[in-house]
Amino acid sequence: MSQTATAAGPDAATIVDELVAAHRGQAGALLPLLHAIQEAVGHVPDEGVPAIARGLNLSRAEVHGVVTYYHFFRSKPIGRHLVEVCRAESCKAVGADALMAHAEARLGCRSHHTRADGGVTLAPVYCLGLCALSPAIMVDDKPYARMTPDKFDRLAAKLEIAA
Amino acid sequence: MSVTVYVPRDSAALAVGADDVVDALIAACGRRGASVDIVRNGSRGLFWLEPLVEVVTPRGRIAYGPVAAEEVDALLDAGLLQGGDHPLRQGPIDEIPYLALQERLTFARMGVTDPLSLADYEAHDGWSGLRRALTMDGAALVEEVTQSGLRGRGGAAFPTGIKWKTVLATPAAQKYVACNADEGDSGTFSDRMTMEGDPFMLIEGMTIAGVAVGATKGYVYIRSEYPHAIASMREAVVRATAAGFLGADILGSGKAFDLEVRKAAGSYVCGEETAMLESLEGKRGIVRAKPPLPAIEGLFGQPTVINNVISFASVPIILSKGAAFYRDYGMGRSKGTLPFQLAGNIRHGGLVEKAFGITLRELLHDFGGGTLSGRPIKAVQVGGPLGAYVPESQWDVPLDYEAYAALGAVVGHGGIVVHDDTADMAQLARYAMEFCAIESCGKCTPCRIGSTRGVEVIDRIVTPTAKHPRVQQVQLLRDLCDTMLYGSLCAMGGMTPYPVMSALNHYPGDFGIEPDAVPDAVLDCPQGDASTQHKQPA
Repeated sequence: MSQTATAAGPDAATIVDELVAAHRGQAGALLPLLHAIQEAVGHVPDEGVPAIARGLNLSRAEVHGVVTYYHFFRSKPIGRHLVEVCRAESCKAVGADALMAHAEARLGCRSHHTRADGGVTLAPVYCLGLCALSPAIMVDDKPYARMTPDKFDRLAAKLEIAA
Repeated sequence: MSVTVYVPRDSAALAVGADDVVDALIAACGRRGASVDIVRNGSRGLFWLEPLVEVVTPRGRIAYGPVAAEEVDALLDAGLLQGGDHPLRQGPIDEIPYLALQERLTFARMGVTDPLSLADYEAHDGWSGLRRALTMDGAALVEEVTQSGLRGRGGAAFPTGIKWKTVLATPAAQKYVACNADEGDSGTFSDRMTMEGDPFMLIEGMTIAGVAVGATKGYVYIRSEYPHAIASMREAVVRATAAGFLGADILGSGKAFDLEVRKAAGSYVCGEETAMLESLEGKRGIVRAKPPLPAIEGLFGQPTVINNVISFASVPIILSKGAAFYRDYGMGRSKGTLPFQLAGNIRHGGLVEKAFGITLRELLHDFGGGTLSGRPIKAVQVGGPLGAYVPESQWDVPLDYEAYAALGAVVGHGGIVVHDDTADMAQLARYAMEFCAIESCGKCTPCRIGSTRGVEVIDRIVTPTAKHPRVQQVQLLRDLCDTMLYGSLCAMGGMTPYPVMSALNHYPGDFGIEPDAVPDAVLDCPQGDASTQHKQPA
């Protein structure tokens, strides 16, 4: 995830070219390719779109359309840590809205945003499948359930992401 | 002698510290010179007890939970490794009523085995369905699945055997099997548990489908919010292929079937089967118009079997024990079992596999133990974000596809989300519209525009003005829901009216409406039959 982010520029372009070559023969290759790029680079850089389009014999508009359609793909780098707070019904039933407000205050960062210092990105997510132990959050692909403001504060302190 | 201890690897167990418990156990046992063999099993689905530690003793597997890492030393002092007494001791796992009262067919192995151990799978009836399938021809196989009465567990409840028969009867050089593992419904986790806790079962079910219809390639489309499920499925595919259960020559039968795990990208509507196909093809997840049916023109234009995880996962036991065995469970036209998932504000949240016919009241009270908050239950949403809110007056109706359709509700994928009496049903109805606006693929107008208009009209109902009197706005919402219900291309827009109208009809007070002041017409439930008119996203 975010920890694997590298500087943009020639490095990212080389990575994109290599991954395009590796996925070229795959049926329906675009999503697997975008996942691979985001995993390696941290995001799908706009500058990579022409190379992806060329490699898969698609138009740039088609590639751009797919990158922007899916919530998971992002065109810009995110913070060093990604905090996702579930906003779906099961978590709402046990205080997810208050938890999101608490997270915004504790992290000093609004939902859907990356904090100015690049330390953390806060985002909503719609179901992590941990609904028997709601409310749930995910931090850098690691799940946490039965989340409380206290537990959140301890986690934020441990990851050094509190504002 | 080494003592075997089970600590789940299910992501819900990890989310409450299962890895920390394992670390603490290893460290403490090391200090004490005690030899333990720790197995990372799937979860039993008794999530309020997670992390649930099981110790193998001569009297069977003894359960302790919920165990925190800090309590491991005290547990060892109390004789954890001999099944000793402690306040966290839950007794023999098989005797815990929550588990003992279930009818676990599909989830029989769940939590019992090491999910990635081929030896464990084989020792617990694994591959016996596939072995029998390889001795049968396609038509006989499809007939067996048809006779079992199995219907699509993703929510649409279409007969699985009929779908397979169409694919079998459609000639093509290449056919596909696609598993919809885009389990986006809030309150559901049975697909996730299956992929993390018993992945070979899904592989076996999909392989049987491939053999039945003559498809040689399968895809599992798993949501990106499930990183652990993706990892365990990928590893399971590698191991099953190496052992000859997948590949060019399955168990020496001469039949081929390959499986590829594909990661989705956070779009709820991709749980709709045709949007999922678009996504698998590398496109935006936009819903396709039907016909053509995916069974005739599906993935890459070829005949494709599309089923939900639990549908495929139910197939091995049907093949292994026969259609009649499975069909003996359930009621009416709802045959077999469904893994119900208790979620939200619930004391004993977890997975309850029962035959169709159990009531919501039994699930909520006998299994669920009421709310987590201890307050009265106000509303229960059954069947995911597109399912209706079911009020207490309907809790004794048996959970059966037809009985729920008659209520204007849906069983769906079996998710049950409980809200206590602090819930504001007008805000939950507003959220249903808001969610539809966020997740709409945008292809059809009722869903794309109607959802945004729905948010606005609910706001005006809650805060009416002289220009927009409440009674008029309620009528407008009803008209809008009618348009979405009958005019949308798929279940996203077509079923969003279910939670909205059920909230309005059963909890008018939350919308500022005096129950006596509501005209009868406003109280009518949507009469659509979700099982036949719509394909519900998984």
